[in-house]
Amino acid sequence: MSMFEKQGGQKYLDMELRTSPHYSRGVDVPQIMRNVVYALLPAAAMSVYTFGLSALALFLVTTVSAVLTEFILGRLSGHDNTVGDFSAVITGLLLGMTLPPGFPLWMAAAGGAISIAMGKFMFGGLGFNVFNPALLGRAFLQAAFPVAITTWDAPFAPGRFIEMINTSLALPFMTPPPHAATGATPLAALKFDGQVTPSLELLLGTVSGSAGETSALLLALGGLYLAARKMLDWRIPAAMLGTVVVLSGILHTVNPQYPSPVFMLFSGGLMLGAVFMATDMVTSPVTGRGVLMFGLLTGVLTVVIRIWGGLPEGVMYAIILGNAATPLINSHTQPRKYGTVKPVKQKKQQQGGA
Amino acid sequence: MSGNNNPATAQPTLSLDTFLDGIWKENPVFIHLLGMCPVLAVSNSVINALSMGMATMFVLIMSNMVVSLVRHWVPGQIRIATFIVIIATFVTVAEYAMQAISLEVYQALGAYVPLIVVNCTILGRAESFASKNPLLPSLVDGVGVGIGFTFAIFMMGAVREVLGAGTFLEIPLFGPNFEPWVVMVLPGGGFFVLGALLLVVVWINERFKKENAV
Repeated sequence: MSMFEKQGGQKYLDMELRTSPHYSRGVDVPQIMRNVVYALLPAAAMSVYTFGLSALALFLVTTVSAVLTEFILGRLSGHDNTVGDFSAVITGLLLGMTLPPGFPLWMAAAGGAISIAMGKFMFGGLGFNVFNPALLGRAFLQAAFPVAITTWDAPFAPGRFIEMINTSLALPFMTPPPHAATGATPLAALKFDGQVTPSLELLLGTVSGSAGETSALLLALGGLYLAARKMLDWRIPAAMLGTVVVLSGILHTVNPQYPSPVFMLFSGGLMLGAVFMATDMVTSPVTGRGVLMFGLLTGVLTVVIRIWGGLPEGVMYAIILGNAATPLINSHTQPRKYGTVKPVKQKKQQQGGA
Repeated sequence: MSGNNNPATAQPTLSLDTFLDGIWKENPVFIHLLGMCPVLAVSNSVINALSMGMATMFVLIMSNMVVSLVRHWVPGQIRIATFIVIIATFVTVAEYAMQAISLEVYQALGAYVPLIVVNCTILGRAESFASKNPLLPSLVDGVGVGIGFTFAIFMMGAVREVLGAGTFLEIPLFGPNFEPWVVMVLPGGGFFVLGALLLVVVWINERFKKENAV
């Protein structure tokens, strides 16, 4: 190491000699987390361009709230503080990206704090949480403030860079004022009005929706970057998205009344959820077969909730249910240890005994 | 906890700890996690929580006393059945008393008043304390555990009512524009608040443990 640092200096041969084997240290947690943040930034920037100042304020508030909660609880817990590893930044940013752009900022701050406190520290900190903290925070907000979280804003509102959306600045604990200009998300438009949004708009993200979920293209690019750097298990989004496409393709072929696979793939929070949330290393399975089962389960649940459920969007609950099934999947897909024989179930003996 | 200079320590079975343990160190809700059904189900407002706490405390004290009195005559094989009959008697008394005092609260609590019979806290105290101790310690234990249970369910009710309705004992705290946290009065909110309170309790206990160690 020191060889490279001092190459330009006079001590050219001040090097450390070590015998083999030379292990690579691999990537550590803060490095992965930092890269996930980088991968999220293009979609977040697009969202600020689409929805204006309010989206920017939303991301800042959820991130600061999550990091602050992590810092305070980390101090109180007396263990090593994990505030430096960027995991809280991801939780906060992801939470902000799943909320409507005009979501009241005080509710967003509460959500960020609850994500970290309830989603992470209650289980024992990073690595012990059962559910994705950002999704748990969003599920809490969905249950706590059902009206505010389903009030969507129209994209490209005039003057979005000059003033904030009026609901953003509601006073803490107070009801937000009536919304100035609302929009319907593509999924809600389909479910309640039967309107299909053109696929190109869905791909580029020039539609209404949660702040960070609209630009499917940029989210997918972020995922590809992480997959190329091997910081993300590409089999999870592949399995999940593949299941959604195949299942909705079958349904669409049988009855064209159901939305097309392309619409299902690029609408709502599917891309954000499949690429950045289902792949959370702590809450997804670790075995090869388990990963495929996890993707299959979340994909099927997404389609089922979207098409037959009461809510227009089901990615959040699909992934949370998948998280809940993860320990079970892990324990049932353990590979055989090398050199051992799979234990044979002794059925004959049992029958003889009975 | 510091009952050393208390004259009551002369009797081995009755000390200040008998009373205090039930409130904090062996709090039925926060430490033993017993009696979760009423704690989660009827803690959606302060008045419901307090009524349930009071009714449970009454049943607990009375059943502790009676179980303690009959402990020498009850054969071990049928002790649980006997405890249940004794508890059910006092639950019936509490149920009728509650109907007479406030029909509104009684209806709000619904099936959870008769269900006090199967509250594990009460049966647990009968089995682990009252059936092995004389009358006076059993009475003190019943009061202590009863206060501990009421305290815990009151904390739940206070958090859930303040956030879920913006009121405390139905007095508005935040004015007319308050945005209620709907989840808090739903069943899910009970689990959220219980988890948060357990986090706080564990943290306080660990902190005291550390301070005592130093």
